[in-house]
Amino acid sequence: MRYISLTPEERKQMLDVLGLGSADELFRSIPAAVRLTRPLDVPSAMSETEVVNYFETLARENTSAQSNACFLGAGAYNHFVPTVIDSIISRSEFYTAYTPYQPEISQGTLQSIFEYQTMISQLTGLDVANASLYDGSSATAEAALMAARVTGRKCILVSPSLHPEYRRVLETYVRNLNFQLEELRQAPDGRIDRDSLEAQIGENCGSVIIQSPNFFGVVEDIAALAQVVKAAGGVLVVAVTEALSLGLLQPPGDLGADIVAGEGQSFGIPLGFGGPYLGLFACRDQYKRQMPGRVVGETVDSQGRRGFVLTLSTREQHIRREKATSNICTNQGLCALMCAVFLATLGRKGLRELAEQNLRKAHYLRSLLADHLVFSGPFFNEFTVRCPESPERINERLAEQGIIGGLPLGRYYAERADQMVVCVTEQVSRTQMDEFARIFKG
Amino acid sequence: MNIPEQLFYTREHEWISVKDEVGTVGITDHAQKELGDVVYVELPESGSAIAAEEAFGSVESVKAVSEIYAPASGRVVEVNTVLADSPEILNQDPYGKGWIIRMHLDDTTELHTLMSAQDYQRYLAEEVGE
Repeated sequence: MRYISLTPEERKQMLDVLGLGSADELFRSIPAAVRLTRPLDVPSAMSETEVVNYFETLARENTSAQSNACFLGAGAYNHFVPTVIDSIISRSEFYTAYTPYQPEISQGTLQSIFEYQTMISQLTGLDVANASLYDGSSATAEAALMAARVTGRKCILVSPSLHPEYRRVLETYVRNLNFQLEELRQAPDGRIDRDSLEAQIGENCGSVIIQSPNFFGVVEDIAALAQVVKAAGGVLVVAVTEALSLGLLQPPGDLGADIVAGEGQSFGIPLGFGGPYLGLFACRDQYKRQMPGRVVGETVDSQGRRGFVLTLSTREQHIRREKATSNICTNQGLCALMCAVFLATLGRKGLRELAEQNLRKAHYLRSLLADHLVFSGPFFNEFTVRCPESPERINERLAEQGIIGGLPLGRYYAERADQMVVCVTEQVSRTQMDEFARIFKG
Repeated sequence: MNIPEQLFYTREHEWISVKDEVGTVGITDHAQKELGDVVYVELPESGSAIAAEEAFGSVESVKAVSEIYAPASGRVVEVNTVLADSPEILNQDPYGKGWIIRMHLDDTTELHTLMSAQDYQRYLAEEVGE
């Protein structure tokens, strides 16, 4: 879009076409009583220097994860974003307002999505990944609907340690679909109680939604839960909010998950005040026709050359309308590209190293806060602590020292008002962790 | 257009042939032509109950996915598993090797609501313009 104002000549031209003498005449049909007779109450024009200064002053009032040590995770993670990502996604071939899909003109875009899908498939341990969805929460809700289509059962079992905001999105998705959501029970170690799953799953309840690492940071025993789900003929959905955990933990698909839905923000996408993020979605081959969203496939053209096209589109909204696998989804093309560039830049080894760094640092902070741990289950880069005073007060004291604290749990779980979830990424230094522990303990 | 005499037809372009309360169900020659090359057939499980006029599976071609509606109520006793690997037989032989399910009918009098070959021919001519 151009931001060039009209010249007096252009105004006159338009008025001449309309047969009017002035702009006021144009508005004559509007009663004088409701016409504005004074200039708009907006600040006067600024020079370029003034505009830049104005916004820089405003921006300095932000507290960002760049300017402060950050121990906040719980769905959005402060990871390093390599410069090469911006450089590649800013190419005009990629950086368009909408993702072009015509194979004749879009081989580059389609290939980048195909490579993204391939990497997500490898990381999740599942056969098929789609071209992405909006974000982790909507991907999880889509996974729940898909699981219900596959099982044909109306009740969905949900982990109490699924991100509470994902849970709310899920509730919104199913509100008018005549599904019931039933909550599973948590064992004292922070994992899902396997016996409760066994008791609740059955003829009516076939879809099971868990998160691992869960909202409290604890890594679930996916294999044990998958056994129970499989025995009952159900479908296991594993939600992942911290995608980096996939760089180290065994792929959920290898452990028996049927669908993985996750948030891809950790893979090269800035925190950005909450979005745009990236919905990861992958499933077993046998369920691919129930999978929502777009899929790019590899094929050959009429001369046998390798090429890429959208595939399985017949189940999508523009063709199947109300019977489509989803009518509330799209592909986050640019964010998926950021993710693909991030993963390709780090490579298998680099991703593992980065994940290991997160794991080690988080376990260092845990050793400093050992007396405050709430759960004994294994964790990746987040864990839950019981605070010696109110979590909000601790965060205030941390903020005074330029540290962004953990997430107080009281707003989601009334019975956990004395707890917070602490996240440690590679961006946090040992000195900052020591400082955090000192202030935390008062 | 091939419309065999001895079959019953639905308005959704399925056919059913019945022998001793067991019906064999498929889609018509007209349906397979309209769909184009069939690439996938979603089949019900043997033993599942199906209700007349409700979808029990779907046929996917390169350009569309269409539901397959039950011509009558009953229970699926056999599915044509050959379709899983060779969906193209639906195009090649819709009334023969391309059958989709065999079902035990709850009530054979339901068949009276379906069309005969002549009715279906007229229906195609009037409703579909063939």
